[in-house]
Amino acid sequence: MRRYVLRLTAVGYLVLVLLAPLAMVFWRAFSHGGGEVWSTLSDPNTVHAFQLTVEIAAIAVPLNTFFGIVCGLLIVRRRFPGAGFVNALVDLPLAISPVVVGLSLFLLYGRTGWFGNWFTNHGIQILFAFPSMVIATVFISLPFVCREVVPTLREIGDEQEQAASTLGANGWQTFKRITLPSIRWAVIYGVVLTTARCIGEYGAVAVVSGHIEGKTETATLRVEDAYQNFQQAGAYGISIVLAVMSVIVLVAMTLLKPKEEAR
Amino acid sequence: MSIEIRNVSKRFGDFQALADVSLDVDGGSLTALLGPSGSGKSTLLRIVAGLERADAGEIRLAGEDATVLAPQQRGVGFVFQHYAAFKHMTVRDNIAFGLEIRKRPKAEVRARVDELLDLVQLQGFGDRYPAQLSGGQRQRMALARALAPEPKVLLLDEPFGALDARVRAELRVWLRRLHEETHTTTVFVTHDQEEAMEVADSVVVMNKGRVEQVAGPRELYDAPANEFVMSFVGQANRLGDAWVRPHDLELVLEANGTTREAQVERVVHLGFEVRVELQRDDGEPLAVQLTRDQAETLELEKGQIVFVRPTRETVF
Repeated sequence: MRRYVLRLTAVGYLVLVLLAPLAMVFWRAFSHGGGEVWSTLSDPNTVHAFQLTVEIAAIAVPLNTFFGIVCGLLIVRRRFPGAGFVNALVDLPLAISPVVVGLSLFLLYGRTGWFGNWFTNHGIQILFAFPSMVIATVFISLPFVCREVVPTLREIGDEQEQAASTLGANGWQTFKRITLPSIRWAVIYGVVLTTARCIGEYGAVAVVSGHIEGKTETATLRVEDAYQNFQQAGAYGISIVLAVMSVIVLVAMTLLKPKEEAR
Repeated sequence: MSIEIRNVSKRFGDFQALADVSLDVDGGSLTALLGPSGSGKSTLLRIVAGLERADAGEIRLAGEDATVLAPQQRGVGFVFQHYAAFKHMTVRDNIAFGLEIRKRPKAEVRARVDELLDLVQLQGFGDRYPAQLSGGQRQRMALARALAPEPKVLLLDEPFGALDARVRAELRVWLRRLHEETHTTTVFVTHDQEEAMEVADSVVVMNKGRVEQVAGPRELYDAPANEFVMSFVGQANRLGDAWVRPHDLELVLEANGTTREAQVERVVHLGFEVRVELQRDDGEPLAVQLTRDQAETLELEKGQIVFVRPTRETVF
């Protein structure tokens, strides 16, 4: 009996918090037919917004995957003074509100910021342009790969790596043939989370992008824009595409991941 | 290939793991590093392999200075206590690893792996994953993997420590035979004196980061260099200034001028051997080893008073 109550509570909570809003979005988008949804989605500015979202993710995800693996190796395998500090620092983006991240980029790259002048003098525009949006997204999605990789590296230990080195493998060969295959699921899971976070990023990018339609507007910003302009069905339509993108990434991972490997 | 260890020291923080250790291991020999935990035996082995770096001192492999060489440049095979199997690879790929790193031709790798699967009696297990093997099989796989690139030196760190008693005994015999076939210079670490005595030609007894004695199993037992070796290798009783082995004590029921009184605490029957635990009149314990016939003649019982006399004793 108690088991059913627990199950019902868990399922009910998920339905209420996760599924109900999603279902509402679907319902509202198509309640007056698909016409407005389609006209919004086929708008060149919307297409551009999706392109921009994908482009930013295409840069941020590989960058943070590389950084996450290197950082994980550094934290777990090289005991250096300050490893604890680095470990804590990696979590910073989770603790800081994206809006604050956006504002801090203003302080750095704005006209009066530390680096702002240098870039302005060299004719490179950071704020209200592609670079700042990438920087903001990289910052926001930084912890995920590292957070997945660190516990896995700890769990596998370094004996296999030592064995590889006594068998003649150099550092790179050991990493490629022993370490990376051992942590691959952690990396893949981290990549999925990073991708989902990049696609969904709103706050930091909203601050630094300047919302220029057809130029610096990502898909999430486009949702907000459409909503403010009373194109509600259109806003819901874009939201659905965003949600579907995330679901595809999640499903792809579930399909890739084998049944719990025997220990 | 010989191993020369010259004045090696190693500290881990406040802990002195090795203190000025020098040791020669002859080429083709089978040597045991024996000592209690914390004696520095594993650290010494890892320094020879290059997995740890000595704070001071020198390592020479086959006459050449290897002190600062990375593990992959030393040509040593290393076997870990917990196997260190590559979990994502089949047994075959595990064994082939060292050969593939050396970019040997495919046909040669296949032939060598087959040969090694035979040698470690894992024919038919080549396509399994380590998780599908028993502990003993995994350790044999690890041995085959270490042997595949034909190392100059084979180093084993408590290789049988994680296995149950029966498999241990089997693998000991097997390691001995393997050495007789290959004559690879082999050094293994153990805290089990019986294992060291049974398998090795030469035993290095270590304690608190120092080498206490290097000798063959028989000499080690019959002529221990000091009190530590006497008490660590085989059982020993202390009688005043002298040390006596349990089988070098005579038990009689009547006192005479040279005997001491003791009370029987416990009689343990171990087949042919009977172990008698006594308590001396000054409260100190005393272990005596008798044959079954001797024990039956004496008809020992708990609480009985007996008299002991050493037939052979060692004074340091």
